[in-house]
Amino acid sequence: MTDQNQQKNENSKVVKKLLLATVFMFGFGYALVPLYNIFCDITGLNGKTSDQAAVVKAADIDNNRWVTVEFIGNLNDNMPWKFRPAISKMKVRPGEPSRINYVAKNVSSSSITGNAVPSVSPGQAAKYFTKTECFCFTQQELKSGEEKEMPVVFIVDKNLPKRINTVTLSYTFFNSPVAKKEKSSVSMAKK
Amino acid sequence: MSDDHHDHKPTGLGRWLFSTNHKDIGTMYLWFSFIMLFIGGGMAMIIRAELYQPGMQLVDPDFFNQMTTLHGLIMVFGVIMPAFVGFANWLVPMMIGAPDMALPRMNNMSFWILPFAFGTLLSTLFMEGSAPNFGWTFYAPLSTTYGPASTDYFIFGVHLMGISSIMGSINVIVTILNMRAPGMTLMKMPIFVWTWLITAFLLIAVMPVLAGVVTMMLTDRNFGTSFFEAAGGGDPVMFQHVFWFFGHPEVYIMILPSFGIISQIIPTFARKKLFGYSSMVYATASIAILSFIVWAHHMYTVGMPLAGELFFMLATMLIAVPTGVKVFNWTATMWKGSLTFETPMLFSVAFIILFTIGGFSGLMMSITPVDFQYHDTYFIVAHFHYVLVTGALFAIFAGAYYWLPKWTGNMYDETLGKVHFWISLVSVNVLFFPMHFLGLAGMPRRIPDYALQFTDFNQMASIGAFVFGGIQLLFLYIVIKCIRGGEKATDQVWEGAEGLEFEQLPSPAPFHSFTQAPEVK
Repeated sequence: MTDQNQQKNENSKVVKKLLLATVFMFGFGYALVPLYNIFCDITGLNGKTSDQAAVVKAADIDNNRWVTVEFIGNLNDNMPWKFRPAISKMKVRPGEPSRINYVAKNVSSSSITGNAVPSVSPGQAAKYFTKTECFCFTQQELKSGEEKEMPVVFIVDKNLPKRINTVTLSYTFFNSPVAKKEKSSVSMAKK
Repeated sequence: MSDDHHDHKPTGLGRWLFSTNHKDIGTMYLWFSFIMLFIGGGMAMIIRAELYQPGMQLVDPDFFNQMTTLHGLIMVFGVIMPAFVGFANWLVPMMIGAPDMALPRMNNMSFWILPFAFGTLLSTLFMEGSAPNFGWTFYAPLSTTYGPASTDYFIFGVHLMGISSIMGSINVIVTILNMRAPGMTLMKMPIFVWTWLITAFLLIAVMPVLAGVVTMMLTDRNFGTSFFEAAGGGDPVMFQHVFWFFGHPEVYIMILPSFGIISQIIPTFARKKLFGYSSMVYATASIAILSFIVWAHHMYTVGMPLAGELFFMLATMLIAVPTGVKVFNWTATMWKGSLTFETPMLFSVAFIILFTIGGFSGLMMSITPVDFQYHDTYFIVAHFHYVLVTGALFAIFAGAYYWLPKWTGNMYDETLGKVHFWISLVSVNVLFFPMHFLGLAGMPRRIPDYALQFTDFNQMASIGAFVFGGIQLLFLYIVIKCIRGGEKATDQVWEGAEGLEFEQLPSPAPFHSFTQAPEVK
């Protein structure tokens, strides 16, 4: 009998360790999310640009080089807006802050809050593309029929690899899921 | 304790429902897997029937997508994995000289979760809207934003499968670590036990990650989180990273136990010791470790930077080395052996050759630049069916023929077994080989219709599929016939068989075995 008890004790020791490993790996699955974001942030992989305004020291401009920046505006499926850049491309000096406007118009009959998600292509350029001012840092609300100019101020870092001479900045406006939820809970409360 | 009633063998439904006997639970796992094989196989028949001709023939595209999705999920989680757990239940205690699994009640629970998991999954077919239709890889946002309502049932089903596999693996590990007969050191264990030990660790490492990823899907769908939704700051590409972090070790979970089975069978019919036992163990472990650092080779086309692609390409190619060691060892075991070709041996030799073909097409796809051409075409379909059907499934057939006489006490019908083998061998190649050409010519996977120039190869594949599917009914007949009677098997069953289950137990193996631990020299 003591043999059996000893066996049971040893078994439960291993079981506990393995259960711990299971819980750890479940947590690790979740930890992959912030790890992934940090990894993308550091390396600039995946075309992800920072969602914070950058503070950049002025004057350190590379006057020997032009970089073409192209602009794209997209709308997610269920987004009843019109959205486009005011100009489709411009030439900039690396290191020099430039400003351009996007124009958005709400063509639906109700007020809508949107989130703009930026992406830079090629992905390797993301690390060298900083924004000091952007409508994508906050949510944007447009009333029905309202049209608004949305500015972006950006700087292409002068360390941008030489072989990249065109950078594409793309925004996709999404119908903000959070705002939608708040609104529906408000309307629920009204009822 | 129930151990006091040694000769009492429970009867009726209760024997199965409340079973804590490793042999009964193993049997249930194997039958469950067999039933699922016919359900998943039926879906494959619908897919191949639709693809017999270009144009829309039998089913609408949405139903076609449901078929490809459920076929994949059922074959992976419902056929291959439970079949191997069934083998583990039957064989691990007998091979290491243990009376039963270490945790018999948990064993019962991990089996009985499965019918509920797959009941939930299959019930989605009858739900309003549609069953899951986004492919077995359930990429976001197809499965989150655009997934049908039934996706939540799919998620629940995956959770249940995960719990079942994790409990099963904990049981296997505890059994192997704590219940070995005196003298059975780790490096004396049969290779099958080794491969399962490593597989069980892989399962514990990655099934929780799968559970995590489907939980994220669940909260994205229902509770307003944005793990994979770009609008809320999430990233759908991250889904692929997390999924394949689970998914790549998963494919080794499906192949390592079959390496173990083949390594048991080849020495028996070559009448030689396994060549390079310890290198087999180390190769298996290396494959398992490498499987954690190669996941992104499934996603070369998502737009990774060059450095990432190079890393995953080289790491993937590295896996060919330990796999090559295994194939070399099997071949060297057969070299100058006194070979005979009974059905298990036939399936094993076919496994070595066809699995190697599948391995080579895998190597082709590990090369990033050419993968851009093969990605999401029928070439990848050909590749993973070579490794999973002529690999894992053939190993399961081989193992079933090899141990059936030990399990039932009767020899199976050798003539019918050979018929089953030869027709399977020819038809499976008619089924999957043309898919290589279809893929290279550019036919995408997961489509119900295709351009006219693909017709001939698709018709070949479909005919092969109908024959291969049909001949499995013969296998069912052979198994039933063997259970019901036939020529009595000797205790050793095969002339060259070694190992505790053949040397120290009678055929059929008694309900309770090794209540006294055997001596292992």
